[in-house]
Amino acid sequence: MLDIKHAFLAVLLMALVTYIPRVLPVSIVRRQIQSKYIKSFLYYVPFAVLGALTFPNVFYATGSILTAVAGVVVALILAGREKSLAVVAMGSILTVFVLELFL
Amino acid sequence: MKTGREAFTYGWKRGIPIALGYIPVSFTFGFMAVSGGLPAWLVIFISLSNLTSAGQFAGTNLIIGGAGLVEIMLTTFVINIRYMLMSLSISQKIEPGMSLIKRMIFAFGITDETFSVASMESGRLSFSYLVGLILAPIAGWSLGTTMGALITKAMPDSLAMAMGIALYAMFIAIIIPPMKKSRPVVLVVGISVLVTCLLYYVPFFSFISSGFRVIMATVVAAAFGAGLFPAEEKEEKEDVRY
Repeated sequence: MLDIKHAFLAVLLMALVTYIPRVLPVSIVRRQIQSKYIKSFLYYVPFAVLGALTFPNVFYATGSILTAVAGVVVALILAGREKSLAVVAMGSILTVFVLELFL
Repeated sequence: MKTGREAFTYGWKRGIPIALGYIPVSFTFGFMAVSGGLPAWLVIFISLSNLTSAGQFAGTNLIIGGAGLVEIMLTTFVINIRYMLMSLSISQKIEPGMSLIKRMIFAFGITDETFSVASMESGRLSFSYLVGLILAPIAGWSLGTTMGALITKAMPDSLAMAMGIALYAMFIAIIIPPMKKSRPVVLVVGISVLVTCLLYYVPFFSFISSGFRVIMATVVAAAFGAGLFPAEEKEEKEDVRY
């Protein structure tokens, strides 16, 4: 039997430890960092984060690696033509959906 | 320079694709959590108060499994440490004089996706833009969770499977255009992917959690980029504001 009070408290604690890493750096660092190295490092962070979030996880995001690879290829082609986020996402979803129906 | 209202509207528009991508993921979360025995109101509250994917999936699984509070807190925290890097990166891109309260408000909405979109904007980020950007994703995350929590039948498999790729397709859409323009960015992404794949596939590293994989790959790749191509950062024009 699940204890609701315990579960609720756990959720509040989860919210807290999720919020803290989001809020601390942006609240504490109020100046522009002068170090060229650190500035460059931070400039590259979003690109590195996106790469690390996408691969290899994307290959396991659908029913099979085959449909995932097809979805990735379509996304790469559409993104290479600089289509909007929504178009790239829809194209990729449709590709996987149609292939999942046949596999 | 844009007015507050224009910046807000622009941010809101940039957030809508993120919100659409969130719906299938949060739907799955809502469905799984309620199937696991949690009441719907609590499941919806988890999405409203946590607004994160991996962290709340893991934490909720632990709650359902009857884990202790310390274990739940530690696991969630470790998965979410990556937000510190994003928050630090954003601190250099927002309007320098932004008040603490405003920082504390928009920081709640920093996710992998809102961070990525905000990072790719040119110029300084205003509070109006940031609030506009995070609103639709917050709504989408809660809405998807609510639908998943209240529905009695699961989505057809083929549709659920297809939706799984939505967020990754968006990541690809965000990252490819800058890669076409900058070789250093290509190198950084390449190193980052290489490091995560190593950590993922080499059995020796299997004790490393998904959150730490992202952190380690990011630090290594960004450090390489900064060491090899330190001058890459473009000059921010102070008068272009979003």
